[in-house]
Amino acid sequence: MLTYLLCLVLFCVGLYAILRKRNIIKIIIGVVICEYAVNLFLIVFGYRANGRSPIYSQDQKIIDMVDPLPQACAMTSIVMGLAITALLVAIAIRIYEKYSTFDITKIRKLKG
Amino acid sequence: MIELNLLLIFIIIAAIVAIEVKDLLSAVVAVGVSGFGLCITFLTLKAPDLAITQLVVEILCLIILIRATIRLDLPFSTSGRWFVNTFITLVFVAVFFYCGYKALNSLPQFGNPIMKVSQFYLTEGTLEKIHATNLVSAINLNFRAYDALGEATALFAAAIGVMALMRRKGKKTPGEKESDG
Repeated sequence: MLTYLLCLVLFCVGLYAILRKRNIIKIIIGVVICEYAVNLFLIVFGYRANGRSPIYSQDQKIIDMVDPLPQACAMTSIVMGLAITALLVAIAIRIYEKYSTFDITKIRKLKG
Repeated sequence: MIELNLLLIFIIIAAIVAIEVKDLLSAVVAVGVSGFGLCITFLTLKAPDLAITQLVVEILCLIILIRATIRLDLPFSTSGRWFVNTFITLVFVAVFFYCGYKALNSLPQFGNPIMKVSQFYLTEGTLEKIHATNLVSAINLNFRAYDALGEATALFAAAIGVMALMRRKGKKTPGEKESDG
């Protein structure tokens, strides 16, 4: 239960950064932290106490290993997170070239 | 599992440092510390494939973020309605945390996963058909191959988006007409 709560705290840290910070890079960092928290929660959810890695062998039973399905899903999620970060950073660099600032309150003109 | 909780607290401290430090390059390095801590946590949670993937992705993510922040570092002002904004944000985060805490009570206990779908994947005689020893890649590439296909599609879409955003405008040769562009 404490482990689930720590994952929730990590997600809340990222949410605070997204909502409160005014620098675009800090907002991107908040998105990355949220993504870490969600991946971590998936893996913690599939953990079995004193389990072993999900690698098949002859003399081991299925019942004493961790759940391989959340790991397969989280692997997709991690790679997608890299694509999201790259796209966000590209948008941030274009905004900096156009407005010469990272401050979101200074970006007012929508065209021009 | 005391070491798991200690690692999680380490990641949380690194994340708080990353969002509160003034210098942007220091913030990027701190989020890298958080990601490598996550990699060690995956190893502790018996997920070696994820640890490898997280390591590679973390290094690439660090390179991309440093490309965004290098030579662009600038101090940003904290003027404006500082107190009101912080208060509203903290209230929202507190409500979210309370609802999440209530929802966590309905989950199974830590260390006892349900494994309903995994049992179906592993015990229906499918493992002998696959002849794979690594179950994570077996599930990812056999049972959930459409997930991998969608992931590749989204990855290429993101790559096209980055290319379209970062494209430089081509220089015109002197003899070229203006209307061609």
